[in-house]
Amino acid sequence: MRNFAHLSTNNGEMYSRGTLSGGQVYPCGRPDTRPASSPFFLEAKGLKKSFGLKPVLRSIDLTLSGGERVALLGANGAGKTTLLRILVGLTKPGAGSACIDGLDIVRDAQQVRHLVGFVAHQPYLYDELTALENLYFFGKMYTVKNIQERASLLLDKVGLEKSARERVAVLSRGQVQRLSLARALLHSPHHLLLDEPDTGLDQKGRDLVEALLEEHTARGGTILFTTHQLERALQMSDSIIMLNKGRIVFQKKRADLELDKLQKTYQEVT
Amino acid sequence: MIFLEQVIAILWKDVRYELRSKQMWTGMGLFALLVLVIFNFTFDLRVDNVAAIAPGALWVAFVFASLLGLGRTIAAEREIGSMDRLLLCPVDRKAIYLAKLLGNMLFIGVVEIVALPIFAALFNVPLFVGALLPIVLLSTLGIAAVGTLFSAMAAATRARELLLPILVFPLIVPIVIGAVRATGTLLAPAVNEPPWLGLIAAFDVIFLTVSMLTFEYVIEE
Repeated sequence: MRNFAHLSTNNGEMYSRGTLSGGQVYPCGRPDTRPASSPFFLEAKGLKKSFGLKPVLRSIDLTLSGGERVALLGANGAGKTTLLRILVGLTKPGAGSACIDGLDIVRDAQQVRHLVGFVAHQPYLYDELTALENLYFFGKMYTVKNIQERASLLLDKVGLEKSARERVAVLSRGQVQRLSLARALLHSPHHLLLDEPDTGLDQKGRDLVEALLEEHTARGGTILFTTHQLERALQMSDSIIMLNKGRIVFQKKRADLELDKLQKTYQEVT
Repeated sequence: MIFLEQVIAILWKDVRYELRSKQMWTGMGLFALLVLVIFNFTFDLRVDNVAAIAPGALWVAFVFASLLGLGRTIAAEREIGSMDRLLLCPVDRKAIYLAKLLGNMLFIGVVEIVALPIFAALFNVPLFVGALLPIVLLSTLGIAAVGTLFSAMAAATRARELLLPILVFPLIVPIVIGAVRATGTLLAPAVNEPPWLGLIAAFDVIFLTVSMLTFEYVIEE
């Protein structure tokens, strides 16, 4: 029998592991062969998506293990955002499957929503509500315990404690982006999917966000993010994937890459 | 319990958002008043025909003003992308529907409370508050139940302002007929009138049940 105890909000402690009988995790019905040091994983197999007659994703295979940070690169229209939207459950895949901690993203969509935090290109915040009111509202949606403490802690971490009672409409683009990240982390998700998380951030904002992401992966969470900045991709990731016309055309560990080599490859494959 | 808390949280958010942005209430209220004033000047109101004209004018004003507001509730969320964010949350889609429905009822209700005394003054008719309350309440519920579902459907299209009335008007015809006739009966009591209130209540139950069951499929891709 499935055990969804790991879905409850744990407000920052080491993430617990979802198990079936006997402590073994079954990713979408198959035995897990991953080492125990990687409690969380995200796995996509043969993901396809078309809008009308236009194919946007063509058989994407992707695996992220606990603590891993993967950068998703590609030109505009390569399919990066569509891939993220499918993985968070906003768009249904045309074919293929994806599992998050053993749960199917379509069949177990409601449970998967507890496990994933998403920062989209748009902020997705209510501009007539204050920063704090936005976090309280989403905290209730995710049934976060001790929401006041959690919201204050996150606002502090993203450097918005002084703007907590200001309406989102009067915040700068960078502040809104930081608030979006705080909102994505509110329910302590196991997996963070970030669509261009650096948008509008100054150096201080980037440092704050990096520290938060570091903390997230240190607790065993995964991060899949898109960016157009190759230098940032190298700084923030453990491995790099390039998409072109809906296909993965390049995949390598960061340790094997240097910036000039990455730039050259990017120009060649996109 | 969590379901109710989430319904209240979404409703609270919508009300607070509207109180600060004042996008809907002012527009809906002004529109309802304008319709009543125009009807008041358009028709040759006399003591013998006011009972036949006034209920129709009242409900045309309410229905048109309601559609203005209904079109905005979910479209506004779609425009800023927050509907996607709401759908990302592990919230029962029925809770979203119920909260939006209650919000719409509240917004329409406020407009009705403001418009009713003005209607009574312009058409020189008594208000019958006690008897009118169930008619207004049940009819507003029916209009909001259908309107909330179809505003979610229309919000995903480009021609939402055009599409919403085309989808909603034919479906709410029984409710509007019932509301007009029931209101007319208050002004000029008639014998052998069908139980209009019961008819409206029956349509409410049907619309509410169908909308609750189908909202999930309408709102998601």
